[in-house]
Amino acid sequence: MPPAKVTLGVRQVSARASIIDVQGEVTAFAENALMEAYIKANGPSTRVFILNFNGLEYMNSSGIGLLVTLLIRINRQKQRLFVFGLSDHYRHIFELTRLSDAIKMYEGEPEALDAAHIP
Amino acid sequence: MTTPSTSSSESKPRDADNWAPRASSLRLGAVPSGALKLNVHGKQAVSPLQGFGSMWQKTYRVRLKGVSVLPTGVIKVWKEHFPEFWPKGNHFYGPLTGIAPGEVGLINMDVGPATLSTGVLVLYADEESFTFMTPQGHIFAGWITFSAHEEDEGVVAQVQVLIRANDPIYEIGFRLGASKSEDRFWQNTLKGLSAYFGVEDAEVETQAICVDRKVQWSQASNVWHNAAIRSTLYLMATPVRAPLRRMRKRNRQRPTSAAQ
Repeated sequence: MPPAKVTLGVRQVSARASIIDVQGEVTAFAENALMEAYIKANGPSTRVFILNFNGLEYMNSSGIGLLVTLLIRINRQKQRLFVFGLSDHYRHIFELTRLSDAIKMYEGEPEALDAAHIP
Repeated sequence: MTTPSTSSSESKPRDADNWAPRASSLRLGAVPSGALKLNVHGKQAVSPLQGFGSMWQKTYRVRLKGVSVLPTGVIKVWKEHFPEFWPKGNHFYGPLTGIAPGEVGLINMDVGPATLSTGVLVLYADEESFTFMTPQGHIFAGWITFSAHEEDEGVVAQVQVLIRANDPIYEIGFRLGASKSEDRFWQNTLKGLSAYFGVEDAEVETQAICVDRKVQWSQASNVWHNAAIRSTLYLMATPVRAPLRRMRKRNRQRPTSAAQ
């Protein structure tokens, strides 16, 4: 499998919430990196995962499929998934693929953290 | 010194033209006469998140052994000849403009003794893959991605589905054997594609992963859109529909008598 053209930084901003900063391309090749970031971000009390898409450069339909499988995995643990930093184009993609029905989208990090009830 | 504006229109993403444009519902274009044109126009496209049944990711792969072709060449052929690779008894009426983002295709399938009419939206297309998204009423809710890539000095063609059965009736059908029928459908499609490139009796690898075992009872009402039921009822009403239409036409054409 070709190397993933994505880097994922993990920030545990509190016991309750973690942010995964996405830089690069979200395609099928990003699967391993995304799952490793999820495991790293999943602390003992983590209730909310927040994907920061400010650095998203490219996403294809396989990348959308990855987000669905990540969402299912998170929901299975009774946790939630938020996103912020989507450009107009990627916000349209989320709406077109109906991901927006299940994943809350926020403008920026402060709004996403507020929603996760971080003081 | 002016600060350059950074509107999103100025930094167009590389994938901008690969995705379907905004659309609230599917719009079907012209189709050949004789095709059953039901359960597509006006329907919303649905992802696996809007389906009812357990969520499955199934991957079907075939290696094009000994064929000198690039992945882009495989996808070009697949797009151009897509209906020809479908198993007999199933018809795909593609958009006249070809498989391109935003286009809508009509499907007529033989399901036992009945004909099911539904369709797909071309959600995404690039040179190495294209993805369909299913509408309300289709057998399943989700995405079907057709792709080709290089692997171990050869080319692999692949179909990957991420789906839930759209409603309880379809889910029962899946559990009673329709899932195996679906496997055979895509296996035969890949065999057809392989035969085009001169690879006879190609071996198709199949992998199935249950992503989410739970059904979504909140989506049980999807059965309202069930294309199999709607197609069957439509066809059953055919003997009555034509005479009724003729009667209405005669009533409209009959001259009205002047008021006395």
